[in-house]
Amino acid sequence: MALVTLLEGIRQALFEEMARDPAVVCIGEDIGVYGGAFKVTAGLLERFGWERVIDTPISETAIIGAACGMSYLGLRPVCELQFVDFIACCFNQLTNFVAKSYYLWGAPVPMVVRAPSGGGVHGGPFHSQNPEMYFAHTPGLKIVYPSTAYDAKGLMKSAIRDNNPVLFFEHKFLYRRIKDEIPGGDYTVPLGKAAVRREGRDVSIVTYAAMTHTSMDAAAELAKEGIEAEVLDLRTLMPLDKEAILASVKKTNRLLVVHEDTRFGGIAGEIAALVFERAFDDLDAPVRRVTALDTPVPYSPPLEERFLPQVKDVVTAARELARY
Amino acid sequence: MPVDVIMPQMGESIFEGTITKWLKKPGEHVERDEPLFEISTDKVDAEIPAPAAGVLKEIKINEGQTVPIQTIVAVIDADGGAASAPAPAKPAAAAQPAPTPAPVEAPLHFEPSPPAAAPPPAPAPPARAPGAAAPAPAATRADGEKVRSSPLVRRMAREHGVDLAQVPGTGAGGRVSKRDILAAIEHGVPAAGPAPAPGISSTASAAVSPAPPPASGALYRPALELAVPRERIYFGRYEVQPLSTMRQKIAEHMLASKHVSPHVYSVEEADVSGIVALRNKIKSEFERKYDLKLSYMPFFVRAAIEGLRAFPQMNASLDGTNVVYHKEFNIGMAVALDWGLLVPVIKNAEEKNFLGLQRAINDLADRARTKKLKPEEVAESTFAITNPGVFGGLMGLPVINQPNVGILGLGAVEKRPVVVDDAIAIRSMVYLTLSYDHRVVDGAIAHQFLHKVKSVLEHWTEDIL
Repeated sequence: MALVTLLEGIRQALFEEMARDPAVVCIGEDIGVYGGAFKVTAGLLERFGWERVIDTPISETAIIGAACGMSYLGLRPVCELQFVDFIACCFNQLTNFVAKSYYLWGAPVPMVVRAPSGGGVHGGPFHSQNPEMYFAHTPGLKIVYPSTAYDAKGLMKSAIRDNNPVLFFEHKFLYRRIKDEIPGGDYTVPLGKAAVRREGRDVSIVTYAAMTHTSMDAAAELAKEGIEAEVLDLRTLMPLDKEAILASVKKTNRLLVVHEDTRFGGIAGEIAALVFERAFDDLDAPVRRVTALDTPVPYSPPLEERFLPQVKDVVTAARELARY
Repeated sequence: MPVDVIMPQMGESIFEGTITKWLKKPGEHVERDEPLFEISTDKVDAEIPAPAAGVLKEIKINEGQTVPIQTIVAVIDADGGAASAPAPAKPAAAAQPAPTPAPVEAPLHFEPSPPAAAPPPAPAPPARAPGAAAPAPAATRADGEKVRSSPLVRRMAREHGVDLAQVPGTGAGGRVSKRDILAAIEHGVPAAGPAPAPGISSTASAAVSPAPPPASGALYRPALELAVPRERIYFGRYEVQPLSTMRQKIAEHMLASKHVSPHVYSVEEADVSGIVALRNKIKSEFERKYDLKLSYMPFFVRAAIEGLRAFPQMNASLDGTNVVYHKEFNIGMAVALDWGLLVPVIKNAEEKNFLGLQRAINDLADRARTKKLKPEEVAESTFAITNPGVFGGLMGLPVINQPNVGILGLGAVEKRPVVVDDAIAIRSMVYLTLSYDHRVVDGAIAHQFLHKVKSVLEHWTEDIL
């Protein structure tokens, strides 16, 4: 098996799904001739032609609107937004039409919106955000946020085959930094299933996306002190794998949620509420959060480093929890 | 329809309250917002109004008990609901033994001590029967400290019948953690049940007669108790009364203040003949015009503010190695009550005119006496004034009201022979005493401050009508 980057995993999924199902089309800005801002769609145009790999004007609203219409007519469009930050332009279409279409009119919208997200690359406030929770709040949308190349490929395939609209977040910091061995041939990773990345008995670290790697590094540090942290990678935020979270908390009795999203309204609060409601009697310590600060993402590299959760922040919080 | 009455949260940092008095009996009718019970908390005493109109059906928490906020303390059968016979308070349901309150808070020294030869029989807290209907009171250490644990630990304790009070906690702040209770289950601890009877220190013998009653008081665990062997307290004929919650709080705060602040005292004398004459002259007009009693207090508050303006070190707090200079002049004023002492605060006293000061002073004092103060009205003072003079005191040396660095004491205003221009004259005089924290303020500043206060009083210029 070859080592494949997270970016390449997504590209393989797009290739394989387009080859498998003629209803799958790609639409976005500069995804054809240029191959996409991050080159995720490089080669698609040559292989599948301009009718299935559609370059659009610079209008995110046009992309989502067109994809929604294509879905109604039986296609399975995969939209690319150059940066997920611009998804705000499509907020009305996504939350009021795409998300509610099946509920209101019985019209499924089997589209995928994929977009590079996240910070750590000094992209500043318009190119580093994690807007997943705006959409996790809206019933009708599924939210996927992988941390490994294997998952990225398998989840993308599941997303494309899913009959619901799926927002697929691709962490740009991980695009070329994360490499996995990926088996040849078709496989999928189910939506709504978390993965235990590391087993532990002392504290559960629930996280996703780039913070999975931060948390794994922290867990390695903690192990040197004799603290065995369990790291749970959510992989999909909606549906949320509640049972996996509760199972881990029942095992370790201490929960730390780590996310790169800002704190207020982040999914950590939702997970904390879940655990308080359903596993209160299993808690040996208060639920804690390590998250980004409640500010825009700073441009300045030192400030951005301060803004983003670091390994030492996770270690400190987990250590305090373990000793609570 | 039954309506639960809860222990309210009387301020942000308050987590429990003591019910000092029930104003209604079970079976009595109560109007919505009619005072139902009195509580005493860390910060204030207050009357709590009924949340609904109806018949007080059941009192769950008796007088003298301290419970966390949100605890259901009573049930009102609200009007319009099915009538049902009122149930009397169940004195034995919660941990409320007679005659002394809460033996769970008995002063058993927690450090290991040789057991007394034969501990006198004392009321033991009721065993926590598993599955008892009434919510079990929080586990309490023998020294009155509440056992800190976690939902998991409490569940494990229930399941294994472990008395948490017997499990040493090694978690943060002495919490009993999962580790601790696992160790306890493995190695065995006394099961939940009657706690050991309150003992007395090893030097006391069981022959001491009568046996010292268990002292009450979770709030104030007197350091003096360690300094003064208890058996030296009880002799001859005596009667024991529990210290009220308020007195325990006063004791705690005063002891802490004396402990943290090196007190220094300075005394000054002011000739207030001018003010006395002014007050006598306009008193009736003032009271007619504003329907407000005119006292000396606003004069002193004004003079103190001028002193604080001139010497900001006096309007400060000490935080470690930082001096916090307060930009507002919030003057705490000690109000003597029949049942203790409160220090309500005149907020931003510097922004009030004379009339405003007098109004605030009378209002706060009235409401202190009728238990109507809000918690925020006894907080955030930056300086304090106390007035032993109202009881005829020549002068007093007060204890600093933390976190202030100074407190001004006012003696009685009385006529004294003084020397004026080499002649002996009869003047209205007052002693001004200042207690101050020597860590922040030195004598030079203190005396200049007092001199400023004196000067304002002696050369009063402000129009007060």
